[in-house]
Amino acid sequence: MTVNGSDTAWVLISAAMVMLMTPALALFYGGMVRKKNLLSTMMMSFAIIALIGILFVLYGYSLAFGTDYGGIIGGLNFLGLNGVGQEPSSVYATTVPHLAYMIYQTMFAIITVALITGAVVERMKFSALLVFAVAWFTLIYIPVAHWVWGSGGWLAKLGVLDFAGGTVVHITAGVSALSLAMLLGPRHSYIQKHQIEPNNIPLVALGAGILWFGWFGFNAGSALTSGGLASSAFVATNTAAAAAGFTWMILSWIYRRPSVLGLATGAVVGLVAITPAAGFISPIMAIPIGAGAAAVSYYVMLFRAKKMKVDESLDVWACHGVGGTFGALATGLFATISVNSAGANGLFYGNPMQFLKQLLGVAVVWAFSFCVTWVIGKVLQKTIGLRVSQMEETIGLDLSQHGERAYGGMLR
Amino acid sequence: MKKVEAIIREEKLEAVTKALKEASYFGITVSEVSGHGRQGGVTLQWRVGDYQVDLLPKVKIEVVILDEDVPEVLHAIRSSARTGNIGDGKIFVFPVEDAMRIRTGDLGADAI
Repeated sequence: MTVNGSDTAWVLISAAMVMLMTPALALFYGGMVRKKNLLSTMMMSFAIIALIGILFVLYGYSLAFGTDYGGIIGGLNFLGLNGVGQEPSSVYATTVPHLAYMIYQTMFAIITVALITGAVVERMKFSALLVFAVAWFTLIYIPVAHWVWGSGGWLAKLGVLDFAGGTVVHITAGVSALSLAMLLGPRHSYIQKHQIEPNNIPLVALGAGILWFGWFGFNAGSALTSGGLASSAFVATNTAAAAAGFTWMILSWIYRRPSVLGLATGAVVGLVAITPAAGFISPIMAIPIGAGAAAVSYYVMLFRAKKMKVDESLDVWACHGVGGTFGALATGLFATISVNSAGANGLFYGNPMQFLKQLLGVAVVWAFSFCVTWVIGKVLQKTIGLRVSQMEETIGLDLSQHGERAYGGMLR
Repeated sequence: MKKVEAIIREEKLEAVTKALKEASYFGITVSEVSGHGRQGGVTLQWRVGDYQVDLLPKVKIEVVILDEDVPEVLHAIRSSARTGNIGDGKIFVFPVEDAMRIRTGDLGADAI
């Protein structure tokens, strides 16, 4: 195993780009809440950058990517980065230093946990969120990452394809978001049908733009080499985002007017959907995948808002859960070994089995994420409590949880 | 003395201040306010569907004048702020007890 300079440069740059996605998510979510909760919403993401940034190097990497135990979990051999050094791993990303691969994985774990916070903004107690994050990262993210990406993981051995995290990142986070929001209950102003107006749509647009940029590190970086496959995934990523953003804009236009918030949301959904597929499909197929995911996610979001009575506040489930599922299943349709010999052929290339494998992977991760999140949430609800008091909620979490406010006083 | 308080459309602010200036009323105070009259609010788009906002952004103009100038000021504001559509706003007239110019200490009519 020798270190390849260009591969290493690309993986390190990609890791830095994926890191930037979580502050971008803070802006994306922060712009959509009310002024009094802007900081608390952003803080959820930033605190998770710090928290998971520690936990992943301490034990997360080892349990997800250490020596396999029964396909279920990694061992403790990489605990505290023991044995993770400047030489490449013999199993993962064999042309870049093991540390580079490890830090790249760290960024994925961070943004996955942060994604969930969109479901619980404006009412979840900050301390409870931190405890939840530790438990969720340990009991859901680590096992699923091992199953799908770990050497010896059972879903990986079965042949379930997930190029950059449609299942590991987006389905786990999206489905858990729904589960936790159902447990947490709606915001008081949501029940009373008060106006909940986004405080700053430009922040949302900026966040979406930086997410789009960072996603090239997320998807093209997942090639773990700097050559043709990374380029193919890069093109697929941009194309899917464009197709999905455009589709959402048209849908909002048919409904009323071409919406900025809609285009930004659609682009993110397209990025989510292409994530599992990016390095397995012909890049042009990103158009149907992106457009299809946007349409499905749009109507699921409408259904959630009108029919489900669940205050999954920023629609993490409709965007990431549904978008990730669409992409994971689309991978089973559009995958072709002519793009990536390490992948497989999908249904459209004569291999219906691959679609069934994808379906199984999706079903397992849906059920696991929903149930384990419910249990974690329930335990926290019975012990430390999940929500702030009604008074604190009314005042806003910026003041009641953090003693700060986003915008200063009248005097300039 | 009277205070004239006009709640007008945001986009009519420049027209109204210009009309007051042309009629030689120079001292005005302007603030951004929210509210609604009988017409209710406005419908805005969310990511899917839309939502209703009851309070509309409006501009409030305050000007303190002599009693005999009231008709002229009302006319200046109304003619410059009116579109004829719902939501043009309202004008209120209040009695003012006294006034003082902070720099000189002048009182009453001399202060305005």
